[in-house]
Amino acid sequence: MPALINVPAKAKRGGVIEIRTLTSHIMETGFRHTVDGKLVPRDIITSFTCRYNGDEIFRADLFPAIAANPYLSFFTVAKESGKFEFEWIGDNGYSSTASASIIVE
Amino acid sequence: MPPTRRQFLSLAGGVTAAGAIPIVTLHPLQATPATLNSAIRNVVGEAQIRNGRVKLDIPPLVENGNTVPMTVSVASAMTADDHVKSIHVFNEKNPQPNIANFYLGPSSGRPQVSTRIRLADTQKVVAIARLSDDTFWQIAADVVVTLAACTEEMN
Repeated sequence: MPALINVPAKAKRGGVIEIRTLTSHIMETGFRHTVDGKLVPRDIITSFTCRYNGDEIFRADLFPAIAANPYLSFFTVAKESGKFEFEWIGDNGYSSTASASIIVE
Repeated sequence: MPPTRRQFLSLAGGVTAAGAIPIVTLHPLQATPATLNSAIRNVVGEAQIRNGRVKLDIPPLVENGNTVPMTVSVASAMTADDHVKSIHVFNEKNPQPNIANFYLGPSSGRPQVSTRIRLADTQKVVAIARLSDDTFWQIAADVVVTLAACTEEMN
């Protein structure tokens, strides 16, 4: 399982909800060396996007200073029932997606 | 192979003997207050940065710089006319000055973001928020790190 998503299953219309995401990734900084002195090439996630029924509600640019297995928590207003889509993009063509649904009453 | 102390000294000595400016400059593997400043200017441009409105929750003393929890929040009503557009986090002494940029909007509801970061040294962390009226607000926090991240050797 590459990503853990935490979105409330139900919310009141207009309420503010917290979204938490955790994805599995080494986030290799590109500044480390092996014991024999070789530079370990950078391999990080550079961008994260969250869409709510197709509209972008949160985006992040990530740098090597983000810890391995990037964790992100942010908020949004529960407007309508539907789907959250999450996308992580990174070095070496890395791309990963996940989704979660919500019922707004 | 990194240069040994002997190689370094003989190079430095040779340069001094020749009376020349060293041609080999060792690139510091560290952001400096100057690079921090230029990274901030890349984001805010010439705009004035005011203190306040932003809150940075980060432990003042961390044992392991590989994963440091951090929360940034901004005092804002988050309405269509008055909201936080983005939050930018910087550091002073990692190999690179940027930590993350977060883009929010009025639909965020609450201008608060949490993540886990790496810190290579005891240093200052700066968070800057851009509001919808294009004003910038900042806060800085000092963090003491006992085990550094980012540049250690791989096993």
